Amino acid sequence: MLLHCTESTFLPRMSKMLHLIGRKALDILFGLGDYALFTGRSFHAVMHSKRIWRRLIRSIYEQGTVCLPVILIVGLFTGLVLGLQGYHILNRFGSEGLLGAMVSLSLVREMAPVLAGLMLIGQSGSALAAELGIQRNSEQIVALETMGVESHGYLVTPRLIAALLVYPFQTALFVVIGFWGGSLSGSLLLGVDSGVYWSSIQRAIESRDLRECFIKAAVFGILSVTICAYQGFHADRNHSDTGARAVSAATTRAVVMSSIMVLVADYVVSSFFI
Amino acid sequence: MSPSSTEPLLKIDRLTKSFGERPVLEGVDLSITRGSVFTVLGPSGTGKSVFLKCLAGVMQQDSGMISFEGRPLVASDKETLTDFRKRCSFLFQNNALFDSLSALENVSLPLEQTTDLSAHEIQSRSLDALSQLELESYRNRYPSQMSGGMQKRLALARAIVTRPELVLFDEPTAGLDPLRRNAVFSMIVKYQRRFNFTALIVTHDVPEALVASNRVALLNGGKICFEGTPDDFSSSLDPVVTGYRDSTDALRKSLASIRGQVQAS
Repeated sequence: MLLHCTESTFLPRMSKMLHLIGRKALDILFGLGDYALFTGRSFHAVMHSKRIWRRLIRSIYEQGTVCLPVILIVGLFTGLVLGLQGYHILNRFGSEGLLGAMVSLSLVREMAPVLAGLMLIGQSGSALAAELGIQRNSEQIVALETMGVESHGYLVTPRLIAALLVYPFQTALFVVIGFWGGSLSGSLLLGVDSGVYWSSIQRAIESRDLRECFIKAAVFGILSVTICAYQGFHADRNHSDTGARAVSAATTRAVVMSSIMVLVADYVVSSFFI
Repeated sequence: MSPSSTEPLLKIDRLTKSFGERPVLEGVDLSITRGSVFTVLGPSGTGKSVFLKCLAGVMQQDSGMISFEGRPLVASDKETLTDFRKRCSFLFQNNALFDSLSALENVSLPLEQTTDLSAHEIQSRSLDALSQLELESYRNRYPSQMSGGMQKRLALARAIVTRPELVLFDEPTAGLDPLRRNAVFSMIVKYQRRFNFTALIVTHDVPEALVASNRVALLNGGKICFEGTPDDFSSSLDPVVTGYRDSTDALRKSLASIRGQVQAS
């Protein structure tokens, strides 16, 4: 009797669970396809978007000038920490002379593109998702469409082009400031010869390292802008929240998902260069 | 080929729309003639805004046909849709103004993005639209720095700057007091006459709509229950029409009585 009861509840439960898994998988597939179409439309709109210059300059300002202090501060402290930790690690092996190589390769190949990307997501990506979410909520995006304006071209394309220019630039700046930070802690505070430090950097960096750095920066720029824009653009699709809560949920999703995707893409791009 | 004067500018055939299991529009048929002010009346929640959004292409109907100058508007015919959008404007219930753009930038936006006019021409046409709506001196203000009535006028300026042939008004007087309701309807009629566009309004304000419109229709239960002139609507003995008319009259009387009680106390 007990066995019979367990079997009679087990099968419907199993079927319900499979149904839920299937629905979730379909939702994820739909989301990925929709995101791919969104990204495609945003790139394609480059051809049709009219009078893009003013919006492009504004986007460069938002992602570049506004985010500059954060990049400088994080870049400096990353360099300082790398110099400090690197010195004490290399000291164990009597290889302090390689401090410049360690700081520079860590920064160029990994830390600068990833940290600059994450900082830009935190500052301009979240602002982008919130702005588009509010525009969706107040029907400004629908208004664009009723006017016959290509909303992707108007709202997303300039930010995408700006990201392709600004992310590599901010990453380069992060690298340079990071080198200075490493020099400050390594040479000025811990006594590594400055000439040795800088010549070690010069010897260590190869063109393929710089290529990897800038390719990563551009990929992270595309990913973060498209994910944040996608989340804000479709803030109304979240049925569990409405109004201001939907915007806040979309902004949170935008930051979390784009940060995760930056780390995933970092692994993928790195594996091509190793 | 120029469209004939007898041909309706906009024709809607058996339009249906459902949300899940709930039908909202159940076979709406309407013909709107060029140069007229046509009002669709109906109680709240009967799908008036959904109807208008289907016409504007913001929402996709489940079935039925919408034709503009005899040409059906279908998603696959991008050319006709683009042409329709260039010749049609939509005035949103909440105005949908761009809050980070100034009044002048709001009005210039459709011209900048959909035409190849020179910057000088765009500026002059936008200023002209602003001055027609007595907003020229507010050109550098942002929508949040304007009153509700000014925002409505700014939204209308943005709607007419492209010189559309058809303007769709979604509840233009929602949330306004009686004086402002009158002012908005007067504004619509004034500018409709000046610019000679065709106006399609959805509202539940019966007295104002009857004064402003050439024709009215009553949307109830997802269907058009009545269509005719404002006089026909006022004298109709159809139970649905009288029911709706009486319900709005009763509301007015009850509000007047409350107002009287408040004043007496």
